[in-house]
Amino acid sequence: MIAFNKYYNHFNVLSSALIIISLLLLIFKGLNFGIDFKGGTLIELRSNDTKINVSSLRDKFSQMNLGDVSVKKFGSDNDFLIKFENKDNKKNIIEEIKVNLDKSFGNNYDFRRVENVGPKVSAELLKSGVIAISLSLAIMLIYIWVRFEWQFSLGAILALFHDVIVTLGVFSLFSLEINLSIIAAVLTIVGYSMNDTVVIFDRVRENLRKYSDIKIFELTNISINETLSRTIITSATTLLALLAIYFFGGEILKGFSLAMILGVIFGTYSSIYIANTVLVRLRVSQKTVLREDDSK
Amino acid sequence: MLYFSKLRIVFITIFSLLFVLIASSNLFKFDDSFFDKKINLGLDLQGGSYLLLEIDNEPVIEQKLQNLSTTFRNFFKNKDIKLNNLKIDDQNIFFNVTEENKQKVIDIFQDENSEINPYYPRFKSHQLEIEDLGLNLKINFSRQGLINLKTSSQDQAIEIVRRRVDEVGTNEPNILKRGNSRILVELPGLDDPMRIKSLLGKTANLTFRFVTQNDDERFGVEKLEYEDGTPAVNVSKRIIISGENLLDAQPKMDTQNNQTIVSFTLDRVGAKRFGKATSAGIGKQLAIVLDGKIISAPVVRDTIASGAGQISGGFTFQSATDLALLLRSGALPAPLEIIEERTVGPDLGQDSINAGMIALAIGFLLVIIFMFVKYRFFGLITNVTLIINLFILLGILTLFEATLTLPGIAGIILTVGMAVDANVLIFERIKEELKDDTNNILAFDGGYTKSRTAIIDANITTLLAAVILFFMGSGPVKGFAVTLGVGIFTTLFSVYFIARLFTSLYVIKNKNNGKLI
Repeated sequence: MIAFNKYYNHFNVLSSALIIISLLLLIFKGLNFGIDFKGGTLIELRSNDTKINVSSLRDKFSQMNLGDVSVKKFGSDNDFLIKFENKDNKKNIIEEIKVNLDKSFGNNYDFRRVENVGPKVSAELLKSGVIAISLSLAIMLIYIWVRFEWQFSLGAILALFHDVIVTLGVFSLFSLEINLSIIAAVLTIVGYSMNDTVVIFDRVRENLRKYSDIKIFELTNISINETLSRTIITSATTLLALLAIYFFGGEILKGFSLAMILGVIFGTYSSIYIANTVLVRLRVSQKTVLREDDSK
Repeated sequence: MLYFSKLRIVFITIFSLLFVLIASSNLFKFDDSFFDKKINLGLDLQGGSYLLLEIDNEPVIEQKLQNLSTTFRNFFKNKDIKLNNLKIDDQNIFFNVTEENKQKVIDIFQDENSEINPYYPRFKSHQLEIEDLGLNLKINFSRQGLINLKTSSQDQAIEIVRRRVDEVGTNEPNILKRGNSRILVELPGLDDPMRIKSLLGKTANLTFRFVTQNDDERFGVEKLEYEDGTPAVNVSKRIIISGENLLDAQPKMDTQNNQTIVSFTLDRVGAKRFGKATSAGIGKQLAIVLDGKIISAPVVRDTIASGAGQISGGFTFQSATDLALLLRSGALPAPLEIIEERTVGPDLGQDSINAGMIALAIGFLLVIIFMFVKYRFFGLITNVTLIINLFILLGILTLFEATLTLPGIAGIILTVGMAVDANVLIFERIKEELKDDTNNILAFDGGYTKSRTAIIDANITTLLAAVILFFMGSGPVKGFAVTLGVGIFTTLFSVYFIARLFTSLYVIKNKNNGKLI
């Protein structure tokens, strides 16, 4: 048996530090919102001419008075991602750009993807994203409350909160782009982390009923160990699937799968070192679950 | 938990085979219409354009208030009430009446049988609200009045949008209402939406009006610019005929001067008015005005009584075709703005499909190898279950002709990774049971029973996340929510029916062979 409980305090400090650092990053550095949430225009361009490269594209676009234009390589050497704010929300901007590029590059390029999100829509998308994440946290809180006791609910929510904040913190730290698919990833992380926590909690509850003489400090450790091989196997298969998406699923799914990979790692960690320590700190005992049984 | 009746085994087998068959209809063609269903590919996979249009209702409201104020003036004139200082400001009508008439006016507006202010009993609301500001009276649309107005302009606009898109001839467009002032247009297979965008961006309000020199024309005049930049001229506000009078419009080649023109035919009313106006206005310039800009202003040389005419204006064949199309499909009630556009080229879509399929194959393979290495025979059972699970998942998506998007494929891959969880929970539990109990049957039975609450709780939490995502997410992300959510059900089915069936058959046969797992 591994003595996970030996490190409860250490890891509580670490988790708090991670959350505080992430919050500071989110407040002071902020998130790198993509056009979904900031508004603007995105063009994925494929060239079949070596003359077209990041610097020549940057050159051409800066002459078009589009404001701040970002040009990046996107996956392979001849794919580029161009983003700009389109502040005035010009109507025929794509056509104008095409005409301009045709002059310099002829027919040697091709727009593979064009996205244009107006300021109104981006504000709405951001709002619904924030609502979706908050709503999912609230519903999980209620669900666990109904299925377990409030101490469990609090532990699970703190773990979820940790996973979401720290994942977003990593995105902030490395200035990774937040778009619609990241919101989907965060919600899935919420589901996954909850899933992981519930399995351990279920065992904790079962053991609480079984043993009246074992303290919660020891009991959580027993429960974590009993479910450990399942925790490892499920995390492993989920990570295998996610790594397959990350490496082979194409550029568009990269951010999504990265967020999920981070989330699965944090989610597994938090089920053990946050959710359980909350139970210990709240001094959950056999009485806690027996009362629950009585009321049913 | 290990007992299966014969009937149940038959049912599970038939059910599984049915879904394998349905899922395979994506690859083969079946004669039967029930089986010949296919998963729809989202715009991000097959390529195409997604346009979200917003109706700018402000001009409609302005216009409506303009008309209403004229109506009110006449209505109260007949009742010997004079409306003074009538003006429209910021979507409100203001006017003064004498103190003794004030209550009368308010009563007329608030009467449930009011002739000038319709009452909607269903919503317990009038179309208009009246407010006494002391100095004057203020009238504005009620909440319900505004909703009705927006809904009706949306109804008109979606009809026109549909006609225009149909005329261009894209295959299977999807045109839907969103809220009460937006229209969603999905155009599969279209990789350059430029033409449709420019067609949808035009209101196509066509009027024929005389160019005039004097400023004191009875109907008022306005200065209008030419489309080609010729200096602006004064045009009367009196409308001779408008787009509504057109029966048909076609692009034509004028053989005399080799110009592309748009020829049109008028309805009876239009033809009569056109004939009258052209006979009275010989020698005058008749301006053809589209969306506030003059296309051309030819001099009337003859009376045109036939009800047919033509518009010239330096068109290319393409622009003449588009103008004719716009005139045929009619004017929008209000300008539309494209507030969101997402276009994916077909080759990127194909690349995404390929990448998604490769990722699925590799993810699947990795999980299968992992499970086999870890659990040997029971890993094999899990893997067979996983394959059937995948078929059922695809079968359900096919049955409902759901839309598969790139994030949707990611959802399927993720399902593969997470689907083994339930089996792992069960197997690990059985291992624990076998530590205390050497009876295989009891241990397996206990393993299934005792792991059940954890499995159900764990799956419901993921399902809740998927449901929220489905309702809050848009487009491709919705596709992810669908595959993730459906995946949970198929996983539970395959774990509790298929995997359990295999397990029970094996365990019952080998119950005396020592620890089985």
